[in-house]
Amino acid sequence: MNNGALVRLIDVHKTYRTGEMEVPAVRGVSLEIKRGEFVALMGASGSGKSTLMNILGCLDRPTTGHYVLDGADVSGLDRDRLADIRNRKIGFVFQNFNLLPRTSARENVELPLVYSAQHLTNAQLRERADRVLASVGLGGREDHHPSQLSGGQQQRVAIARALINDPEVVLADEPTGNLDSRTSVEIMGIFQQLNERGITIVMVTHEQDIAGYARRNVVMRDGILLSDKAVTQRAVAEAELSKRT
Amino acid sequence: MRSVLTALGIIIGVGAVIAMVGIGNGAKAQVEAQIASLGQNVILIFSGSTTASGIRTGWGGAGTLKIEDAEAIRREIPGVVAVSEEVRSITQVAAGNQNWSTQVLGESAEYFDIRQWPLADGAPFTPQDVRSANKVCVVGRTTATQIYGNENPVGQILRIKNVPFVITGVLTPKGLSPQGVDQDDIVIMPYTSAMKRVVGGTTLRGMNVQIGDATEMSAAQQQIIALLRQRHNIRPGRDDDFTVRTQQEIAETATAASKVMTLLLGAIAGVSLVVGGIGIMNIMLVSVTERTREIGVRMAVGAHGSDILTQFLIEAVTLSSVGGVIGIICGIGASKILSAYAHWPTLISMSSIAIAFLFAAAVGIFFGFYPARKAAALDPIEALRYE
Repeated sequence: MNNGALVRLIDVHKTYRTGEMEVPAVRGVSLEIKRGEFVALMGASGSGKSTLMNILGCLDRPTTGHYVLDGADVSGLDRDRLADIRNRKIGFVFQNFNLLPRTSARENVELPLVYSAQHLTNAQLRERADRVLASVGLGGREDHHPSQLSGGQQQRVAIARALINDPEVVLADEPTGNLDSRTSVEIMGIFQQLNERGITIVMVTHEQDIAGYARRNVVMRDGILLSDKAVTQRAVAEAELSKRT
Repeated sequence: MRSVLTALGIIIGVGAVIAMVGIGNGAKAQVEAQIASLGQNVILIFSGSTTASGIRTGWGGAGTLKIEDAEAIRREIPGVVAVSEEVRSITQVAAGNQNWSTQVLGESAEYFDIRQWPLADGAPFTPQDVRSANKVCVVGRTTATQIYGNENPVGQILRIKNVPFVITGVLTPKGLSPQGVDQDDIVIMPYTSAMKRVVGGTTLRGMNVQIGDATEMSAAQQQIIALLRQRHNIRPGRDDDFTVRTQQEIAETATAASKVMTLLLGAIAGVSLVVGGIGIMNIMLVSVTERTREIGVRMAVGAHGSDILTQFLIEAVTLSSVGGVIGIICGIGASKILSAYAHWPTLISMSSIAIAFLFAAAVGIFFGFYPARKAAALDPIEALRYE
């Protein structure tokens, strides 16, 4: 039925209204992403890639067209149902990390579980958060606040938060936009590791070299797909890092 | 710090409510206690506001009540438990080398029961003393101290208008009356002795009548008026030459004033509570704006609008409740200080504490709801992009 596609967009349009004007942001996009892919979504600003990302992340609904996530059409759900989908199936990583200030790394990672339907004890929450933090290389820093962590470490906390509920897909919106190049490569290294473990990743970026760490590059322009091709010469973060040192 | 300043509004509001209502209730309780000290189910009769010749003298002035009137009331009014005939005068009393001007009250032996005024030492005079007009008396605490100092006055001789009276007992102190008169500056003796030796004359100043059952009070009052009008041959349409007051009427007048005061103080304090609530609303609106990104993140990871609403409501209620608790403590402290230094009686009831606290929490919900709903209605995309 879903022939292996985790994400299926069918002729998706999104039009914003500003007063009398109708501004089309996405004008008919059809896209399939299979389980275990690592897709970089590229395009200049105004190309509609952020809008498409919001729709993929169930933060926004398409004006017309359908979005089938994990075999279920989610294009017509209400706010609360979309919130549940985001909680269970999607992990977000943002450009500016978006961690809660004055809150420890562990509590930041636990946040999605607070809103999840399953009820865990505090000890279970803690155990799960610590395990995920360790998997992104932050074991021992569970009690640090965001202000005590470097940008790269904050982004790792954000990745851990995205992973806590075992999502179907991780959506990363310019995850390296606020990081220096070395830290960017480290973060890409984490994404590649996660992808090796079978986690599906969709990443928005406008940097060609960052997109080179993905397996597939999709380019948008003026609200439609311009190109969609597999990455032939894939960069490997580990090799890149050892080269630099 | 900001939260403290915000909560300050509620602290002051709740504190003011507690202190003000405490003062009001204290005043009311004091008045009620004094009214109750008149005795239970007591009807007071004062002789004459108007003499036969038309001169209006005020209560007790005209001497229109006779001993026979008291006898008639005892005999003919149903439900009467006790009657005490009353005469009084201000007289110089002396013992040894001390003398003192005090109020001398003539009463029957039932007087102490009617006014629920037990003796601290010794015994009251007896009905036999009243019948024989014996030269005995009991003294109030103030009079005893003025004449005898720390000596026990029981059994001593007190000269009143040069007539020696034997002191049989000392009354328990009653303190000041609602009018500020020292009720313990008194000598009480049988009314027969008082009429014969001290006051002179054959008429009574008034009577204290005690009724057995509170429900019969107004009926008894009407019957007494009718009986006395008939006995005094007052034609219909003419004024009474006496005044009948129930203890309840006196209590109502006295408590009405303090009730108004309590209400007024409470209302003023309530206004400051509302102002405190507006402060909470203001700070919550600022907080929602400042934390727009946080709200966006929470929504992105799966928070429902209701989760956000609940979170901000809880914060508002926490703020107002903590303010409420501190306010209650401050209010209790303030009324204790007022009692101690200004000698204002204060009474803090559990109910006023509970009401103030619930009101503070309700203020939090009421003024926190709008900001919380605003937060819950945010669009997650906009919220995440907010700088």
